Amino acid sequence: MVVFAFFAVQSETFRSPRGIANWLDPASTLGIMAVAVALLMIGGHFDLSAGVLVGTTALTVGVVATQLRQNLWVAIGVALLLALAIGFVNGWLVTRTGLPSFIITLATFLMLQGLNLGLTKLFTGTVTVGGIDDVPGYAAAEWVFASRVGVLGAEVRVAVLWWLLFTALATWVLLRTRFGNWVFATGGDDVAARNVGVPARRTTIALFMTTAGAAWFVGTTLAVRLTSVQANTGIGQELIYIVAAVIGGCLLTGGFGSAIGASLGALIFGMTQLGIPYLRWDADWFYFFLGAMLLLAVLTNRLVRRYAEAARR
Amino acid sequence: MTRPPTTPLLELRDVGKDYGSVTALDGISTTVRAGEVTCVLGDNGAGKSTLIKVLSGVHRPDRGRLLLDGEPVTFGSPREALDAGIATVFQDLAMIPLMAVWRNFFLGAEPTKGWGPFRRFDAGRAKDVTRRELAAMGIDIRDPDQPVGTLSGGERQSVAIARAVHFGARVLILDEPTSALGVKQAGVVLRYVAQARDRGVGVVLITHNPHHAHPVGDRFLVLNRGRSLGEFAKADIGRDELIRLMAGGAELDALAHELERPGG
Repeated sequence: MVVFAFFAVQSETFRSPRGIANWLDPASTLGIMAVAVALLMIGGHFDLSAGVLVGTTALTVGVVATQLRQNLWVAIGVALLLALAIGFVNGWLVTRTGLPSFIITLATFLMLQGLNLGLTKLFTGTVTVGGIDDVPGYAAAEWVFASRVGVLGAEVRVAVLWWLLFTALATWVLLRTRFGNWVFATGGDDVAARNVGVPARRTTIALFMTTAGAAWFVGTTLAVRLTSVQANTGIGQELIYIVAAVIGGCLLTGGFGSAIGASLGALIFGMTQLGIPYLRWDADWFYFFLGAMLLLAVLTNRLVRRYAEAARR
Repeated sequence: MTRPPTTPLLELRDVGKDYGSVTALDGISTTVRAGEVTCVLGDNGAGKSTLIKVLSGVHRPDRGRLLLDGEPVTFGSPREALDAGIATVFQDLAMIPLMAVWRNFFLGAEPTKGWGPFRRFDAGRAKDVTRRELAAMGIDIRDPDQPVGTLSGGERQSVAIARAVHFGARVLILDEPTSALGVKQAGVVLRYVAQARDRGVGVVLITHNPHHAHPVGDRFLVLNRGRSLGEFAKADIGRDELIRLMAGGAELDALAHELERPGG
């Protein structure tokens, strides 16, 4: 709110419907990921491979469609299966070994980064996959993943609507289903959760698969929207997702947070990213601002945690 | 075959458990009856934790038998013991501090309504039941929506007991419920133990504190280094005798002798 007011007062473009549609766009793809990452963080884990997995799925869509000459929907399906498999492996390794998910997914992150580059070069001879719009099935895919919708006189990308839908869905799951209760419990104390019969391992694996599924959705959106994909897509984004979730109130230690908060974190991110150029400031200030928000957020989180544990003695 | 009317809920006959070559428990026999409190007393390393693990299905005994309602049983997992009506309140309570009381109360056994993809956690009912069950135990929780972390240690213990009773525990095993508590808080918890007993639950109270055990217990099993120092009905043993026995009796006398000042 404060962030919106700040930029809105300073820049007319920022507060116009078209301006809003503009900064909602980066917020939406980030938001879809941030919501999934927030669920995972509430469940007590990190996924550093989430960013690069967006690239992996986008590239898979591109390669299967243009190089293996399949219908675009087949390619999208293959990418989904691949993403879910990677998510499953992440979750399985974390629950099996008991190693920090930070390390496990760092390994996945590096391996996928290598594969993205290596396989893209192998298939196309370059570091880009292009021409996705020449493939059969593109029109329908474009409608689902990359069309524009008129809302209040402005054209909004359909990803924004998906983002709202996923946020609502994640909130409902967290607060009103058994699975949601298990997510909080697993993140809060997985030994205690297991003692009362919560399937903590399955919950964790499901969360990793959810994050991977979100990466697939965003990867597909990018592939269909841009019609060409760079081999380094998504790298570096994984920390931004975590930042958005933390700004939205997720505890790094797990067990606390919300999907709406993560979405607001993504919203703040989107506003800042486009608000700064609107004010004709140097874009370098963006990262300073982001860091300051993060610091503020973790300090607030610390208070929450202290309040909740004050009476533990 | 007719059962005698006073078949104990749970009975242990000569139970023993080894960890590798170390005998953790040997020749333990005791009974747990409905509406009675069986106290298991012992110093650190006496085998109390091992006994809990055998009772709650974490470990299988290597020797001896476990009888439930007079029938021999073996539990492969804590879940099986729970399904048979044996609930264990562990020392760490299995509660999540950052979660609301009602969410903790139903954790792992959430009531649902609706079906298919719309099957959801029946939050309204969960809150009602939590409030009602806690009130029935005489626990006054201001707001079931507050995080468990804001409750005092005694309150949390009480919620855990109420939870076990609500989910149909016939045998309730309490692992050192008073160990981390002050005198007043411990009194509160012991009152809930008595409440559970009065509702017909067979309680196993595991403690190293004879002052807490004696007022509430009906039967006392004293352990030392994995062996039983005897099982006593309340009528047969006074508090002082219990303390002496627990502290190692003869051992303590020898220690006292050793610590005496020479020539003093």
